[in-house]
Amino acid sequence: MNRMSWFNTVSLTLGFAFLYIPMVILIVYSFNESKLVTVWGGFSPKWYGELLKNEAFLTAAWVTFKVAVASSTLATVLGTMAAYVLVRGGRFFGRTLFSGMIYAPLVMPEVITGLSLLLLFIGIGLDRGVLTIVLAHTTFSMCFVSVVVSSRLVTFDRSLEEAALDLGCTGSEAFRLVTLPIIAPAVISGWLLAFTLSLDDLVIASFTSGPAATTLPIKIFSAVRLGVSPEINALSTIMIAIVAVGVSIASLVTKYQMTRQMKEEQEAERN
Amino acid sequence: MSIPVFAPWDDPLAHPLIQFKNVSKRFGQFTAIDDLTIDIFEREFFALLGPSGCGKTTLMRMLAGFEAPSEGQILLAGQDIAAVPPNLRSVNMMFQSYALFPHLSIWDNIAFGLRRERLPKDQIEERVTEMLRLTRMESFARRKPHQISGGQRQRVALARSLAKAPKLLLLDEPLGALDKKLRQETQFELMDIQEKTGTTFVIVTHDQEEAMTVASRVAVMDHGKIVQVATPDKIYEEPNSVYVADFIGEVNIIKGTAKPDGEASFAVTWSDTAPPLTALSQTTFSADQDCHLAIRPEKIAISADKPEDAANAVQGKVLDIAYLGNISTYHVELPTGAIIKAQTANTRRISRRAFTWEDTVWLSWTASAGVLLAN
Repeated sequence: MNRMSWFNTVSLTLGFAFLYIPMVILIVYSFNESKLVTVWGGFSPKWYGELLKNEAFLTAAWVTFKVAVASSTLATVLGTMAAYVLVRGGRFFGRTLFSGMIYAPLVMPEVITGLSLLLLFIGIGLDRGVLTIVLAHTTFSMCFVSVVVSSRLVTFDRSLEEAALDLGCTGSEAFRLVTLPIIAPAVISGWLLAFTLSLDDLVIASFTSGPAATTLPIKIFSAVRLGVSPEINALSTIMIAIVAVGVSIASLVTKYQMTRQMKEEQEAERN
Repeated sequence: MSIPVFAPWDDPLAHPLIQFKNVSKRFGQFTAIDDLTIDIFEREFFALLGPSGCGKTTLMRMLAGFEAPSEGQILLAGQDIAAVPPNLRSVNMMFQSYALFPHLSIWDNIAFGLRRERLPKDQIEERVTEMLRLTRMESFARRKPHQISGGQRQRVALARSLAKAPKLLLLDEPLGALDKKLRQETQFELMDIQEKTGTTFVIVTHDQEEAMTVASRVAVMDHGKIVQVATPDKIYEEPNSVYVADFIGEVNIIKGTAKPDGEASFAVTWSDTAPPLTALSQTTFSADQDCHLAIRPEKIAISADKPEDAANAVQGKVLDIAYLGNISTYHVELPTGAIIKAQTANTRRISRRAFTWEDTVWLSWTASAGVLLAN
């Protein structure tokens, strides 16, 4: 191993400190015995226990989870379809316009998306609740899925689909048996992206949720306005843990698969 | 016992398997195929040869069903196939990139087409095993495409495209990704498999050596047209144009004017100072018609003294020697400034070589060595 120069050491330390000190403080204080958030009263996991007894938080967590699963699944289906048509549909009238338009929500301020959806739901007389949040989240996360999937489709060897047709597949069979299994990793990462986006969205959800359905970010935000409680710290720590575990597993699996594939390819060429 | 020669194209009664009738294909302003008519017969190994952009791949993709002709008809066994989608044609294609499905094992790749036909399981199994045996891939059946080498992938692609026993197999630059030695081995394997299965093969290639090796007939293409269709030896020995002569192998082209001087014989005036050359030709040329005399380098002899009985002899100076191991090519500059290539087999060791740079030498060839071409 090379020894790092002092400059690199300093930049690395500064960068990571900047990123992680706030989170570390939050995690540390979630184990605080004291009810006062800023005063250290000794180590205790008691706020995690309190959290489990808090019905309101649990309900909100469940709503958030349901909304995330439903909206990310819907967004993945719609986003994949859109990506497929835009990449594979050949030239059709207005294709360039559509390709540009599908990316527009990426840069659209969330407040505007939220407000326009709110107006739409009021306009068509849809009662705000879980359904409206799901629809709203689908709307804004669909373009992320479509970006991820279409970038995979662009590098996809077209002759694989032609080979499937050549061997007797109809168009839809070729998609189901060849295209979809090959682009599956991109579709899955699109789903995960949509899932996380839905999980931590506050702005759009607060426009489109009703009294019947409150998501966790809304709950946390409103609770914090009344003062930070150690319970919130515990809840946030759990969320950080879930995300950290998920990301680590995903990257480990990808890395393992890549090294295995490279090893197998090298072996195949040697023999 | 004489083996009957396979030449259905000379048989007026033979029914072609594929007929292109005045087929054109345009992509916007660009004409890829220009009013092309051609017949391909059953059991043929037909090569489409030409530089990139000459339309050979478009021709093949029209056979596979990925492109539709803008004009004209393509008949397969007498039936117009314009309206038949690729999945319903009894035509299969081996792709340049092999297009093996990366998520399926070798076995499943080969079985893919058979499963689409909803064949019973034991029949699929039998056919896949047969294909694996044909391509000597039995021991790799359970592997994924990324776990085998390039040469093996090529064989799997071939097995997969042959599994459905198509009437016609299309091969798009099938050996392009292989190194030279493996390519040569595989060419013979391909011919062997084509004979064993009796399938009609149409191969697209830009490698003239490959086309000459494997094909029963070669079509040389240029700008969407077929310039010449003939057996490999005819293409080489009797090209119909300077383009074909130049595209296939090495050639010396001497420009001049023809003058009849006997039965199918012409005197070619090519320089103000040198005596005219003599060339035999079945094509007639009128007096003073412009012509090109095409002579292959290996048909030109090189000697230190003027050969007594040669029909054509010119003197020149050795400019360059390309030593290729088995043969050497001498670049000889004539007093007119023209450079003629002559080839000799290196039957002796290089230290015993007779000529070296700057030597004055005589080049000679017979009256029938060259081909007289109008254009």
